[in-house]
Amino acid sequence: MLEIVSSVLDGLLIGLIYGLASIGLTLIFGVMDVVNLAHGSVIALGMFSLLMFFGAGLNPYLALVPVLLLGFAFGVVIYLIAVRRIINGPSLMTLLSTYAVSMIIIGVGTALWSTSPYNVNIKSETLNILGYTVTSARLIAALAAVLVTFALYYFLYKTTLGKAVRAVSNNREAAELMGIPSQQILAISFGIGTALAMLSGALIATMFPFTILSGGIYELKSFVASVLGGLGNPTGALFGGIILGLIEGSVAPFIQVSWTNVIEFVLFVLILLFFPRGLLGGRR
Amino acid sequence: MKKLWFTLLLAAIASFGMAQTITIGLTVSKTGKYNVESVNQLNGIKLWQQWINDQGGIPVGNKKYKVELKYYDDESKAERVQQLYSRLISQDKVDFLISPYSSGLTAKAAVISEQYGKVMVATGAASDSIFKLGYENVYQIYTPASRYLTATIDMLKAADANLKKIAIVYEDSKFAKAVATAAKSYAQNAGLNVVLFEGYPPSTTDFGPIINKIKASGAEALVGGGHYADGATFARQLYEQKTPLKMIALLVAPASDEFAQLGDAALGVAAPSQWEPLVKYTPDCGVTPGQFVSMYEKAYGKTPAYRAAGGFAAGLVLQKAIMDAGSLDSAKVRAALDNMDLTIFFGKIKFSTDPKSHGLQLGHDMVQIQWQKKDGKLVKEIVWPLGAKTADLIYPIR
Amino acid sequence: MKLFKNTLFWLIVLVTAAFALVPYLSGNITLRETLVLSAIYVILAANLNLMIGYTGYVNFGSIVFFGLGGYLTLWLVTAHGVNVFLAVLIAGLVTSALAFALGIGILRLRGAYFALATIGVNEAVKDFVSNFDAWGGSEGIFMPFTAFKALGGAGRALWIVYFLIILVMGVSLVLSLWVKRSKFGLGLFAIREDEDAAVVLGVKAPLFKSLAYSLSAFLPAVAGGLYFFKNGSVVPEEAFNLNLSIEAIVMVMLGGQGTVSGPAIGAFLYERLRGMLLTIPGLSNFHMVIAGVLLLLIILFAPGGLMGWLYRIWPRLRRVLE
Repeated sequence: MLEIVSSVLDGLLIGLIYGLASIGLTLIFGVMDVVNLAHGSVIALGMFSLLMFFGAGLNPYLALVPVLLLGFAFGVVIYLIAVRRIINGPSLMTLLSTYAVSMIIIGVGTALWSTSPYNVNIKSETLNILGYTVTSARLIAALAAVLVTFALYYFLYKTTLGKAVRAVSNNREAAELMGIPSQQILAISFGIGTALAMLSGALIATMFPFTILSGGIYELKSFVASVLGGLGNPTGALFGGIILGLIEGSVAPFIQVSWTNVIEFVLFVLILLFFPRGLLGGRR
Repeated sequence: MKKLWFTLLLAAIASFGMAQTITIGLTVSKTGKYNVESVNQLNGIKLWQQWINDQGGIPVGNKKYKVELKYYDDESKAERVQQLYSRLISQDKVDFLISPYSSGLTAKAAVISEQYGKVMVATGAASDSIFKLGYENVYQIYTPASRYLTATIDMLKAADANLKKIAIVYEDSKFAKAVATAAKSYAQNAGLNVVLFEGYPPSTTDFGPIINKIKASGAEALVGGGHYADGATFARQLYEQKTPLKMIALLVAPASDEFAQLGDAALGVAAPSQWEPLVKYTPDCGVTPGQFVSMYEKAYGKTPAYRAAGGFAAGLVLQKAIMDAGSLDSAKVRAALDNMDLTIFFGKIKFSTDPKSHGLQLGHDMVQIQWQKKDGKLVKEIVWPLGAKTADLIYPIR
Repeated sequence: MKLFKNTLFWLIVLVTAAFALVPYLSGNITLRETLVLSAIYVILAANLNLMIGYTGYVNFGSIVFFGLGGYLTLWLVTAHGVNVFLAVLIAGLVTSALAFALGIGILRLRGAYFALATIGVNEAVKDFVSNFDAWGGSEGIFMPFTAFKALGGAGRALWIVYFLIILVMGVSLVLSLWVKRSKFGLGLFAIREDEDAAVVLGVKAPLFKSLAYSLSAFLPAVAGGLYFFKNGSVVPEEAFNLNLSIEAIVMVMLGGQGTVSGPAIGAFLYERLRGMLLTIPGLSNFHMVIAGVLLLLIILFAPGGLMGWLYRIWPRLRRVLE
C-alpha cells in the first residue's frame, strides 16, 4: 500500500515537471497556432546548459536563472529565423521549419557532446517523510516548477505585457487594431515558450542522466499533456502534465513499467480523435 | 647491368614479402550508450595488435603478417552496424572480423559475416541466442549469458542459507534478458522464490517506479541490471531510495572501474565478471594475466577491466587459429577454431561444434567481484569462486 | 494503356533497369549495397508523396508501415515457415488494410493534429512491439540462417532480394505517375487545394483520403519486408525510426512535393549526401544538421523544391517529367 502511495507521489512530482514543459509548448500554440517541433531539442539544450553552468562552478539552482534567460533569447532567435516569414502560411510549413530547427540543434549538439549520457552531480539528500523516500533534487525540481508556473500566471494576468500576449492570442488582428505590436509580442511569446522548455530540461537534469536525444521523450509527453488539457490552454497543460504523471505513478505498480509508454501514446491518439479540445477545452 | 637488375628484382621480391598484412575489421561504439565499454574493448584489441606487431606479426607458414585494424563508429546503433560491416567486407576487403561490443550489435554483425562467409570473433557479446541461428562463422569469447548469474546465485546461497526472496530486474535487451531468464530458472531450481521478474526499457533514467516495486515485493536480494549506463544509474538510485536489500548484484556496471565514481552507492554491490586482473589462470600460450595487466597499465595508465581483456583475448584467439591453420583461408581458420581447446590469460577457450550451438563458448567461466573499502578507498575484490577469492564476501551489504 | 505512350514511364523503366543490371553485371557488391539504400529511400519518398504532395496531409510517422512490413514478414517466415515472397505480399496487404482502418479514424483530423497523431501512432506501435513477446519484444526477430539457404544460399538470396527491391522502386514511381494522371489523383489534388470545396463538388473525401493513406502504406510495407529479410533481423528502434520518416519528408520537399520525379530525385540526392557524411569521421552526425538546414531553406525560400524551381525556369520540362 505504501508503495502505491509512493509511486503516485513520485508521479505527482514528475507530473509537475511534465506540466512545466508542456506549458511552453501550449503557450506557443495558443498565441500563434504553431506546433513547435523544436520543443524537445530545446529541452535537451536546457539540460546541457545546466551542465555547462554547473561545470563553470555555479550553484545548480542559481544557474536556473541564466538558463531561463538563455532560453528566452534562443526562442526569439528561432522565431525570427524559422517562423516569422511563414507564420501566416499553411501549418505544414511551420511544422516542418520548427522540425528543421530541431534537427539542426540535435545535429550540432551531437557533434559537440555526442550521444553519450551525461550527469549533473548535484549533492542530493534522501529524505524520509512518513515512510515515503524522496530525493531533495526531485522535491526542489517540483517546487521550482510550481513557482515558475505561478510566476507565469502573474505575468499573463497582472502585467501589461502579459495582457498584450493574451490579446494577440485571442485575436491577432483586433490586437493590432488596438495598437499592440503583434510581431514583437509573437517573438516574445515564442521566447517565453522556449524559456520554459529549457528550464524544465534543466530541472530534469538535476534528477536523471541525459543525452542530447533525451528531449524527445519529454517532447512527446508534452504533446500528450498539452492535448489532454487542450492545446493552447496553459492551465490545461499544467493539469495535463499532472494527470500524466499520476497515470504513470498509479499504473506502474501493477503492470510492467515498459507498458506505461504504450498507454500514453494510445491515450494521446484517442484524445486527439475523440476529445480534440482536450479534457479542459483548448483553443480549437 | 645484369647485377643491378638482379638486385632490384631481389629487392622487389623481398619488399613484397615484407609488405604482407592481415586486416581485421570491426566497429566501435565511439559514441552512444555503449561508448564506455566499447572503447575499453578497443583498447584491449589495439594492445594485442601492438604486442603481436612488435614480434614482427602473425607467423603464417614461414612468413610473418603484420596486423592492421580497420574500424568505424557504429554509434551504438543497430542499423549502422550492418551497413558498416557490409562496407568492411565488400569495400575495405578485410580478412577477418571482430564483433562490435554488446550482444545486440553483435547479433546484427553476425548476419553480415555469415552472409559473406567471413570469420568473426565475437567478444563483448554474451548472448546464447546468436549461436542458435545456424551460423558457422561466428565464435564467442565470453561466457554465455546462460551462465552469467548462475554462479552469483550459488554465491548467495553459500552466504545465506536462509535466503528466500529474490528480485530479478533487468534491462530489456538481448543480453540482459537472456541472463535474467536463465537466472530465474536456476534460482527457482535452487529453491529460491523469485518475487519480482521484470524488465525495464534500455533508455530508462528514472528507476523510481521499479524501485518502488522492488520494495513492495519484499525481496531480500536483487540481481539484474544490463549495461554500464543504466546499471550505474540503477545502483545510484537504489542507494538514494534507501532500498533495504541484503545483496545487490548487477551486470556489467559494477565490474568497471568507473563504477567507483558512485561513491557510497557502489559499496557492497557485486557483479559477475568475465575476468579480473588478479585471476590465477596458467596460460598455454600468449601472455599471463600479470603480463597483460602490466602491458595495459604501461600503455593506458590504468588497470584493465574485463572488456579490455576480452578484446585482447579476441585478437589472441584469432592469431592462434591462424597460426594453427597455417593459412589465411577462412575454411582452414574455422577448422582451427573448431579444434581449439586451451587456456589463455583470459581463461579456458573451447567452442561448441554442435550445429545447434556452433561457436558458443563452452570452456570459459565467470568470477564474482564485490566493491569493498580497503584503506578508505573503494576497490573491487574477487569474492567467488572461493578458491580464487581475494577477500570475503560482505553480507548483508546494508 | 496510355502509360506506354508516356515518356516518363519509359524513363522510369530505364532507370529501374539500370539500378538492377549495372551492379549485377559488374559483380559490384559495394555498388549494390549503396543502390539498395537509395532505392529504399526512393520508395519511402515516392509513396509518402501520395499523402503529402497529392492529398496535402503531412504524415510524420510514415515509417510505421515500413517497420510493420518488416515485422510481419519476418514473423511469418520464422514462426510459420511461410515462403518469403508470399510473406512479403501478405505483409503489404495486411499493413495496407491496417492503414485503411486507422486512416478512417485519424484522417478526420486536419493539419497539425493529423501530423501529431501520426507521430503518436508510430511511437505507440514501436512501444507496443517492444513489449510484444511473440515478436521478440525489444530484442526483435532474428531469422535462422536456413531462411537464406531456402533461396539457394546467402549470396544468391541477396541478389534476388535486391532485384525485388528495385522492382518495388520502379512500381512506386509508376504508381505515382498513374495516380497523378487518374481521376482518383484529381480528386486527391482537389482535396489538397480545398477539402471542403472538393466535398461540395462531389469528391468523396473521406474514402479518397483513406484509400490514399492505405495505398501509401502498401509498397513501403513490401519494401520493409524485403529489406529486413535481407538484413536477417529486425529490431524496434530501426524498424520504427521516426527520424527516417522525417528524412523522407525532407526528400519529398527537397525534390518537389506533388511532382512525380521530384521525390525520387530528392531521395537519391539526399541519400548520396547522407552516405558521404556518414563515413567522414567527425562529420557523421552532421547529416542531421545539413538535412535541417536544407529543409529550413526549402520551406522558407523554395517550397516547391528542386523540381518546382526547375519547372519555373523551364516550363516544358514539366510535361516530360511531371
